[in-house]
Amino acid sequence: MELVEAIILSVLAASTPLLIAATGELVTERSGVLNLGVEGMMIVGAACGFGGAWLTGSIFIGALLGMVAGTLMSLIFALMALGLAVNQVATGLALTILGVGLSGLIGAGFVGERITPAMHLYIPGLTDIPLIGRVLFGEDAFVYFSLALIIGVWWFLYRTRAGLILRACGDNHVSAHALGYPVLRIRTLAVMFGGACAGLAGAYLPLAYTPFFIPGMTAGRGWIALALVVFASWRPGRLVLGAYLFGAVTILQLHAQGWGVGIPSQFMSALPYLATVIVLVLLSRARTGGSTAPAALGTVFVPDR
Amino acid sequence: MRKSLLALAAGLLLAGSISAASAADKLKVGFIYLGPIGDLGWTYQHELARQALVKEYGDKIETTYLENVPEGPDAERAIEQLVRAGNKLIFTTSFGYMDPTLKVAKKYPNVHFEHATGYKRDKNMSTYSSKWYQGRYIQGLIAAKMSKSGVLGYIGSFPIPEVVSGINATMLAAQTINPNIKVKIIWANTWFDPGKEADAAKALIDQGADVIMQHTDSPAAMQIASERGKFAFGQDSEMIKFGPKTQLTSILDTWAPYYIARVKAELDGTWKSEDVWGGLDSHMFAMAPYTNMPDDVKKIAEDAQAAISAGKLHPFKCPVVGQDGKEIECKGGANLADGQILGMNFYVKGIDDKLPGK
Repeated sequence: MELVEAIILSVLAASTPLLIAATGELVTERSGVLNLGVEGMMIVGAACGFGGAWLTGSIFIGALLGMVAGTLMSLIFALMALGLAVNQVATGLALTILGVGLSGLIGAGFVGERITPAMHLYIPGLTDIPLIGRVLFGEDAFVYFSLALIIGVWWFLYRTRAGLILRACGDNHVSAHALGYPVLRIRTLAVMFGGACAGLAGAYLPLAYTPFFIPGMTAGRGWIALALVVFASWRPGRLVLGAYLFGAVTILQLHAQGWGVGIPSQFMSALPYLATVIVLVLLSRARTGGSTAPAALGTVFVPDR
Repeated sequence: MRKSLLALAAGLLLAGSISAASAADKLKVGFIYLGPIGDLGWTYQHELARQALVKEYGDKIETTYLENVPEGPDAERAIEQLVRAGNKLIFTTSFGYMDPTLKVAKKYPNVHFEHATGYKRDKNMSTYSSKWYQGRYIQGLIAAKMSKSGVLGYIGSFPIPEVVSGINATMLAAQTINPNIKVKIIWANTWFDPGKEADAAKALIDQGADVIMQHTDSPAAMQIASERGKFAFGQDSEMIKFGPKTQLTSILDTWAPYYIARVKAELDGTWKSEDVWGGLDSHMFAMAPYTNMPDDVKKIAEDAQAAISAGKLHPFKCPVVGQDGKEIECKGGANLADGQILGMNFYVKGIDDKLPGK
């Protein structure tokens, strides 16, 4: 029983940064913008988040700074890809390269420094319940925030007028524009939201997951978040499922190795990616409920051209 | 007009020759790094050695480094870039740079190359590496002494000979203390991913391991062990900062003496292609202070270190018994031959796991 609980806790921690970053990218892509710079925004968020927490001693300020840094990074993207209508794919890739370099520069001063990691909740009585207590009432705030975030995004996208308009921009920016909606402004806000989420996801790593800063510590999680959005076929519910599935497969394959299950570790390390590919193939074959990519995703929009 | 043009051309020629002359005075030394210099592990140690070079030779040399260079086609371009920039001695510091280095070396016979941890050489390309398995043997002794559960946790990067020989050396040493010792092995399939390294450490501890050993590059595993009140060993660098009560010792890559010697050879004009595989005796690596252990354990470790340095103790002393219970053919007389260790692709008896790809 204890082991099961330990595995669930590891899965929660491993999935959380993926879920936060992917939630942000989901909103960005639903507005019709493909921002491939998630990894870059994450890694800058990690550097600034750690720096903030290290200088002030506050995890909260660190998280906030991570979000601000991610947002600023996304504004560079918005300026290029939306303002100047530069190719989104190229701009996103450039953003990642810029972010990796920038994070090394920002973080150079506090490599090897230590902080007290984010506190885990403790509610006497509730947290002590065996098996579910630690999971439901004993994790750090990021874990619960990530779930609140995705529920909020679901509610926003499907239950509010603003969400409807945002989705309209992603599906047909010309019509949305003709109806009088400020497509570029809406998209800029969506990109900024995505940046803030990526920054927060990055900050989660040095603030809670492995409480120290090292350049390159996101190790490709931004790319996994991007894949998760496609995996989820741009739907919040499936995104939660995908993020936890990915986290679970990652952690379980480590445990399987420890138990000596005779499957090559290279294969097991590839499992999460393999699962993504299989689900993508199944989705693309499904007639209904399949891929629901925003129709205008990645296309440049210049008003009144 | 023509006069002024001529004067300009002459001036340019002069300027050119001056800069060429000053460049000729200085030996340009280039470095290619796999990770960021701030990784606190592998790349950081090479960077420390570069800084030691600068300190040693000052104005006589000029050093350049390129960090975060991925292994593969990009590496070739990066190495060639260093050549074009006038570097005469180039250190390529990761196994995966082997083929790219060789390719560039063949193209530029007048430039000297030093490749870390590879096995391909040429007239102008040397290789150098350390006998880390010696350090792993000492760690195995300490681990078996310190473990209460009798289960060690080992985080591997990739199942390559360098890592496999480390696991085997650890196990052979541990068995001399506790014949029933168990080791749980998790392959991270990455050299550097702090999150995944932390997860692997958590999994090992959750499954009962109480001493964590790693052959990946970040201090994440040390930090998890520290959090859970277990023991761990650092990797490449001093990592005691991340586990003041956790780190037992660490293998420290001390490249500086070798780098200083090679630059000296280059300056003297005596550089030639070599295959250097140094151990504790030649100070290619060192052991961090033995901490967080009782005095008797410390003594065992120090005695083993002295014996290995003096050549009296060899971790792979024959007979070495493989996993299938059969003796490994002993090609080196009293010990396994260097080639057998450098190409090790089997587990020794007592490791209850399957080597990936076997």
